[in-house]
Amino acid sequence: MVQRRPILSPAVGMLFLLPALGFVLVFLVFPSLWVLQISLTNQTLTGEAALRPQFVGLANFQALFDFENWMIRGYFGNALRNAVFFVIGSALIGQAGLGLAIAWAFHRRRGLLREALYTLVILAWIIPDVVVAFMWVAYLDRDQGTLNAILSTLRLGRVDWLIDHPLLSIIIFNTWRGTAFSMLLFSSALATLPPSYLEAAAVAGASAWQAFRDIILPSIRSHIITDLVLITLWTFNTFTPYLITGGGPTFRSEVVSIYTFRIAFQHFEFGRGAAVAVVMMVINLILALIYLSTLRREAVAR
Amino acid sequence: MSAFRMILSRLAFSIFTTLCGAFFALPMLWLLLAPFNARGTLAVEIPRPFTLENFERVFANTFAMRALLNSLILAGGTMITVTLVATLAAYALSRAEVPYYDLLTYGLILFSSVVTGTAAMVPIFLLANALGLVDTYLGVIMVFTGGLLPTAIFILRDFVEGLPRSYEESAMVSGASPWQMVRDVVMPLLRPGMMVVGIWTFVQVWGAFLVPFVLLRTPERMPAAIAIYSFYTEAGTPILTLTSAYALLYAIPVLALYLFVNARYGFRFFGGIKR
Repeated sequence: MVQRRPILSPAVGMLFLLPALGFVLVFLVFPSLWVLQISLTNQTLTGEAALRPQFVGLANFQALFDFENWMIRGYFGNALRNAVFFVIGSALIGQAGLGLAIAWAFHRRRGLLREALYTLVILAWIIPDVVVAFMWVAYLDRDQGTLNAILSTLRLGRVDWLIDHPLLSIIIFNTWRGTAFSMLLFSSALATLPPSYLEAAAVAGASAWQAFRDIILPSIRSHIITDLVLITLWTFNTFTPYLITGGGPTFRSEVVSIYTFRIAFQHFEFGRGAAVAVVMMVINLILALIYLSTLRREAVAR
Repeated sequence: MSAFRMILSRLAFSIFTTLCGAFFALPMLWLLLAPFNARGTLAVEIPRPFTLENFERVFANTFAMRALLNSLILAGGTMITVTLVATLAAYALSRAEVPYYDLLTYGLILFSSVVTGTAAMVPIFLLANALGLVDTYLGVIMVFTGGLLPTAIFILRDFVEGLPRSYEESAMVSGASPWQMVRDVVMPLLRPGMMVVGIWTFVQVWGAFLVPFVLLRTPERMPAAIAIYSFYTEAGTPILTLTSAYALLYAIPVLALYLFVNARYGFRFFGGIKR
């Protein structure tokens, strides 16, 4: 590539960058550091500790990782366990699996059927949070819900999804909600594969499954990693399940994001809330670093 | 492929497609039918009797209408701020020699991924509180802008990289200032990219619940995402006729924008659009 003179001088470049840097410094960088300090205090919203929060050392973290009560419902360990099930079930298996299956099934197909299904999946992804929440509360309702209407038509009996299987309910919901991203990512990854790959496999007598496992999966490996890391990050941080189950009944669907919300914005214990936020951000940081290292490896490979 | 295997694979494909279609479509049916039903219901049934009265009552509810306007203010305000600020930044990243370029880009990705969701709301709420931004539109718009900017910048940078430099070079030769060049030469060429970022930002803010829920206090300032929870009886059960009609009204702009984007550009990927 020919080196060209930059069009903007460094000074003007900085000037153009300044507003963006200002927003990012004030609303992303500063909060991420300040939360560390808050997590070491007993800050609350009102009362004495709101005006003069006291330094309490690592007490908030010790309370989080208090292993005696760790797994009792309403405690941090329970929320962490739910979050792990939620991420594995709805993101890694649900969204990535279904997204890849749809992308693969419609690979090199065009037409109305594909348009229709893709539109449905994308709509599930872009409709506002509270609207999908109402849709799903209706869908899963014990007496009137569509899902139970179908089950009882098939003589399978009615299930009180949100009461008896709250965690499973939000896992299925979040699969429905987020599959579009994986589907679109894998579709565009598959579209870049040269058709000769598959033709060669077909000539060699490979079955569709063998071709998929030995040719397709290895060639979209980096896309798969990118997808898994991003959807894990988003699913771990999503708050939408709160609008369906509220984390209940009795904390049985309380994932870490809902736990943080309850401590900080319902109990107004900001010190403890900040400690959970720090733990969440550390997990996010690890995921983001994995993502960055795959981006880097791709950039080097190119 | 043998005829038998061909039939088998056709069959498997049909079953898979039908199941997927049902899985994604069934939960949506309620939103299409319940708003037109005179009886409030959680069930999917043909509206009997069919009515438009639910919409009339929602339109007559000034609080609910005001909330849609509030959503428009928040989404529109964030859209304009993010698009302008991100355009300038993306242009600088592409066309100037920025010191610590790699550190800057990786840092942006890192912070926008780490500081997100409920975890971010704890320090951000206290920050907004300290700055007097709680219960203001400005506070909500600025918090959204900070969170959405990094992705917006990366989407737009790809668009800038795709522009030929010759227009800018000839504008420079004819003595345009950098700002004139951006306003009169770059922005018109960059319009598709700015549209994508603008629409993406609008949809993000329009649909968001958590940030306004935490930052706003006064009922008159609440956006539709929160006002939808006001259609409740005194006993605390939702009035489903009104809730469903309002939910449909609130979802329509997003559906319209999707149709517009799909017809105009084709719904494609721009470096991890959404979220």
